[in-house]
Parts: sequence; structure tokens; C-alpha cells
Amino acid sequence: MSFLEVKDVTHSYFSKREKMTALMNVNLTVRPGEFVSILGPSGCGKTTLLSIISGLIKPTAGHVLMENEKVKGTNKKTGYMLQQDYLFPWKTIGENILLGLKLTGQLNEETKEKAFNLLEQMGLKDIENKYPSELSGGMRQRAALVRTLATDPKLLLLDEPFSALDFQTKLKLENLVGKTLKTFRKTAILVTHDISEAIAMSDRIFLFSNRPGTVYKTIEIPDELRKLPPFEARNHKQSPEFFRSIWKELESLEQTNRN
Amino acid sequence: MNKQTEIERLHEQYKRSIVKEKRLVVFFQLMIVIVFFALWETASRNYWIDPLIFSSPAKIWNLLYSSIVNGSIFPHLWTTLFETVLGFIIGTVCGTVLAAFLWWFPFVSKVLDPYLVVFNAMPKVALGPILIVAIGPTITSIIVMGAIISVIITTIVVYTAFREVDENYIKVLRTFGAHRSHFFKEAVLPASFPAIISTLKVNVGLSWVGVIVGEFLVSKQGLGYLIIYGFQVFNFTLVMQSLLIIVIFAAIMYKLVEYIERKLIKNG
Repeated sequence: MSFLEVKDVTHSYFSKREKMTALMNVNLTVRPGEFVSILGPSGCGKTTLLSIISGLIKPTAGHVLMENEKVKGTNKKTGYMLQQDYLFPWKTIGENILLGLKLTGQLNEETKEKAFNLLEQMGLKDIENKYPSELSGGMRQRAALVRTLATDPKLLLLDEPFSALDFQTKLKLENLVGKTLKTFRKTAILVTHDISEAIAMSDRIFLFSNRPGTVYKTIEIPDELRKLPPFEARNHKQSPEFFRSIWKELESLEQTNRN
Repeated sequence: MNKQTEIERLHEQYKRSIVKEKRLVVFFQLMIVIVFFALWETASRNYWIDPLIFSSPAKIWNLLYSSIVNGSIFPHLWTTLFETVLGFIIGTVCGTVLAAFLWWFPFVSKVLDPYLVVFNAMPKVALGPILIVAIGPTITSIIVMGAIISVIITTIVVYTAFREVDENYIKVLRTFGAHRSHFFKEAVLPASFPAIISTLKVNVGLSWVGVIVGEFLVSKQGLGYLIIYGFQVFNFTLVMQSLLIIVIFAAIMYKLVEYIERKLIKNG
């Protein structure tokens, strides 16, 4: 049983001068409730793949099936979180987190209350009337997560959401996100170039090769690591070993690219 | 403990130095005005400059005072203010609407690009005679003049601001399945408020130019009319008085725009 299926996806960008193939024959499946990471060097088309899965862009070839339905355009089932929070600076936090509900026409007293409850669970109490500029980076990213979760998507796409944060905030947020997604049984795809983060957070890791990006290797994370919250998983005795093997794979990828 | 009081003392000292500097700035600002008018008055009385051409502050003041007391200045003032404010609003609103139109239809904007450049480069006041013939020598043509002078530059500046809005805000909206009108309302327009406000500031000045030139050409009333009339009968006290009033009201308008800016942009 698969929740999401990416089938033979190829995508090229065109400009006046050149054509650039970002993805080539990408095939992968994600099981319901699973947390997978896409790990690879920058420029391997990770963000392009997320955009295709979310329906933001149409692939040049191939297609994406979600719950056996072809993805055509953005839809309510998918939530997308960007590298930076992109909270609208001219809106209050309250207005920001309700934006998705408003746009999808789901805004009512019940969903509103749910969103505010979620905000509280994220440790952001009584800040609805503040503006994003009054919050710290970690708080803003948490608010952005609430905005994404407020519309209750089944699939969450995370595009390096922790990369712009300082290390301590990042560790805390990894834990919080991991816990939140588990509680709400969300399926999630995380794009990252941070090997430890991928090991600590995921059930499976797809290693991507460089331009054109494609799945080079799939790595299963063992149960002992999976069950732990990200912070403990980082400190588990098995992680360094995984880290080394993934590191080697990435190195060898670079080697083959150079030759 | 000692260190604490020392820091307190230094802080007090710092605060005092800021206040002191501010006072000094205001002092010199006032001095410039006083010295300027005093010099002008003295120069005029002693015939260092021709009082017929340059008048003098005392004469201007007397004229202003009597025209306020007998009320003769007000019709002129209100006419010009009305024309300028209306021209300013029409110019800014039309410019912004046009910019929104170009943003909505990128193809149209590509087609119109060279025409915008030509229109912008053209000195709009040169259209004055045509406007008067086409619309008639009425207050309408003066208002149109005040509007037309600012509309194209507003369009260009605001349209550029629209296009420079961070694509990622639109990406966020798109992930929620938003429509193009949502992009505009939720992201593009609010993100461009700072740019729109700064064109407002430019437009205040431009509208005054358009209206005064318009009044030079046709009107029977207004501050621009007073200037031209004063010039024709060689009454430069009248010219200077009108100029002084224009300066004061243009400054007030500018300050109003600044006030709106502070109200509107709470979090830039």
C-alpha cells in the first residue's frame, strides 16, 4: 500500500540559451504515515521534485499519484513549508496562520479554534496580534508550520525548513516537528542536505545523485533509531555509522560526477 | 554598585547630548529663516535689490494679512487646493490601477513597454494647449493636467514594485490553491505599499506643478492665476505672496502623506 507514488518523473527547465534537466526518471513511493527524506547535493532538483509533488509545477514527463489519484495542480491534501517562514510581514500572526483556511474556504469557528490551539501547542501563546517582525526565527518557523498544518493536509512537504535557523533552535524544532507529525499521523517528505538531520528524522532516506537528479539509493533507517525523537536519534550509537556510510556514498557520487 | 551608578550617569549624559543636539539643529533651522527674511527686508528697504521686483517680507505680509481679513485670498486658495488634491488623487489612483492592469496581463505590459517610456519622457505640460482645446478652458482641464503629469511615472514605479515582490509569497499562496486575484490582494499589493507611498510623495510635488501651469494657461481663479496676473501688472508682492502660500500648502500636503505612511506601514 503506498500513499504517494512518483512515476518516471522527468523535468527540464528551458531558458533562451539552454535547457537544463533537473530530474531524470525519478521513481519513489511513500507509505502512509511515513517520514522520508530526500538527501542530495544542492542543485540535484530536490526542490523541483517537491514542487512537482505539490502540483505547483507540471513535470515534463511522468506523473505523481496520491492515494491512487493523479496530482493535477495544488490541492488541499498537500501542505508545503518553505526554507524560510515567509510569514506575511503585513499580517498579524493570527491572520497569517488562518490564511490557508481563508483561501481554501474552510475558515469557520471550529477550524479557527483548532488553528489557535495548535499555535498554543507549539508554545506560541498570546501572540496572535503580534507581527512576524516581533518574533524570533524559531518562533516564526513554528508559526509557519501552524499555517501549513491549519488546513489539515495529509502530506507535508518540508523544503529545508530548518536550514535558516541557529543550531540549538534547529534541534528543538526538529523534535517538535517530529512529534507533531507523529501525533497527527502525517506523511512527510523532507528535503535536506544535512545528513544527521535526515538520519534523525526519517524512516527512509532517498539519496539523490547530482544533475539530472534521480534516486541513487534508498536507505532504510532501523527501528531503534526511528522510534527515538530526533534529538536522541542524533546521539544514538548507530547514527555515526550511518552518517559515515551516507557520507561515503555522497563522496562517491561527487567523484563520478567529476569524471 | 559603583559601576552601576557610573553607567547610569553615562546614560544620562548620553541622553542629554541627544537633546542638546536636537535643540541646536532647531536653533539653526530657525536662524536660517530669520536671517533670510531679515536680509531680504533690509536689502529691499535700502534698495540693494529692486523692491519693485523682489518686494519685501513686510509688504508681502501686509498684503497677505489684508487679503485674509477681506477674504479675497480664499477663493483662489480653495480653487487651487481643490484642483491639486483632486489631480493628485486621480493621478495616483489611475497610475496604480494601470500598474495593476499591466501586472495582471504580462503580455500587454510587454507590448506597451516602449509607449510607457515615450509617454514618461514627454514633458506632460506641453500637452496643456491640447487639453484646453479638447476639454475646454475650465477647471476640469486643470485637474486633468495635475493628474496626467503624475500618472505615467506612478504606473512605472508601482508596476516595478509589483514585479519585485518576492515570488515565494506567491508560492505560499499557490500551495493553498489561491487564484491570481488572491496573489494581488494578499501579497502583491500590500508588499508594494512602501513603493506606492514613496510615489505619493513625488506626486505631491508633480501635481502642484501640473495645476499651477494649468492655471497659468487658462484660469480666472487660483494661486497660479494670481502669479500670472501679478506678473502682468508688475505686482511682484502678489506673486511672492502666492508663492509663499503654495510652499506652505505643498509642505502640509507632504506632511499629510508622511502621516498616512506611518499609519499604513506598521511593519515594513
